[in-house]
Amino acid sequence: MNLALSLFPLGWQHYLVGGVLIGAGAALLFVLTGRIGGMSTVFSSSWSYLVQRPFFQQKRFVDSRGWRLVYALGLILGALVWWLGIAGGASQATAVPVWQLLIGGFFVGYGARLGNGCTSGHGICGLGSLQWPSLLAVLTFMATAFLTANLMMRVMP
Amino acid sequence: MSAARVLATLLAGALFGFGLSFSTMIRPEVVLSFLRFQDFGLMLVMGGAVAVVLIAYKLAPRLLKRPLLDDHFHEHPSVWNRDTAVGAALFGVGWGICGVCPGPAIAGLGTGNWSLLWALAGIALGALVQGMRAK
Repeated sequence: MNLALSLFPLGWQHYLVGGVLIGAGAALLFVLTGRIGGMSTVFSSSWSYLVQRPFFQQKRFVDSRGWRLVYALGLILGALVWWLGIAGGASQATAVPVWQLLIGGFFVGYGARLGNGCTSGHGICGLGSLQWPSLLAVLTFMATAFLTANLMMRVMP
Repeated sequence: MSAARVLATLLAGALFGFGLSFSTMIRPEVVLSFLRFQDFGLMLVMGGAVAVVLIAYKLAPRLLKRPLLDDHFHEHPSVWNRDTAVGAALFGVGWGICGVCPGPAIAGLGTGNWSLLWALAGIALGALVQGMRAK
């Protein structure tokens, strides 16, 4: 009991249930449409609407850009249902400074697209299909994320 | 895309987004507290999601000839090379700075957390620069 409290000071149930629901979403997408639903590709495939450069006009982006945007819209709608239905519209504002969101976001976008996946692509879909390159990717980004977050805490507590 | 497929994709995404919110992973503070070893909840989120996806990816192609609304099951093989290594490392650095990854950046907008637009803009810009630099 004390161990659970020290590992999960805010409780553990909502983490597990939330995770199962996230998995159920990706599983439903697969069972219904056969698609593998990582989240970072939408950030490249959507640029294909605007940028004519051959990289963005690759078949894998142009062919998938439609459903990826619908999937992203679904993410927003599902979060809206939670916000209004369960959180009662309570403010979810973050105290993380804008520069951290912007610069951190830049590396997240650049890195996820260069490495072909993020926490959902490599983490959930890649591990869920037992692919060892995805496991290596997850271990790599976990390691650099731990290092960066702890360094940041030292520098700006 | 047929109407049924659009609706199915929307529903799957909604379940994903509801789960992200329910697990509080849409809050950068919670993700950062995991990365600072203060709360290990993210492991449960990841573990729960991977377990369900593992079962679906294994069972569905055995039990069904094709997905219910389309003609074949897709595969997305990942490869380990220099780009994957460097990309994953940079992704982790960014994640450690802001505590936001692509899913929560999108889903968080549904909870009125407009600051996440900064993260979303950063991610979109990063993806653009990556594509401009790629061969």
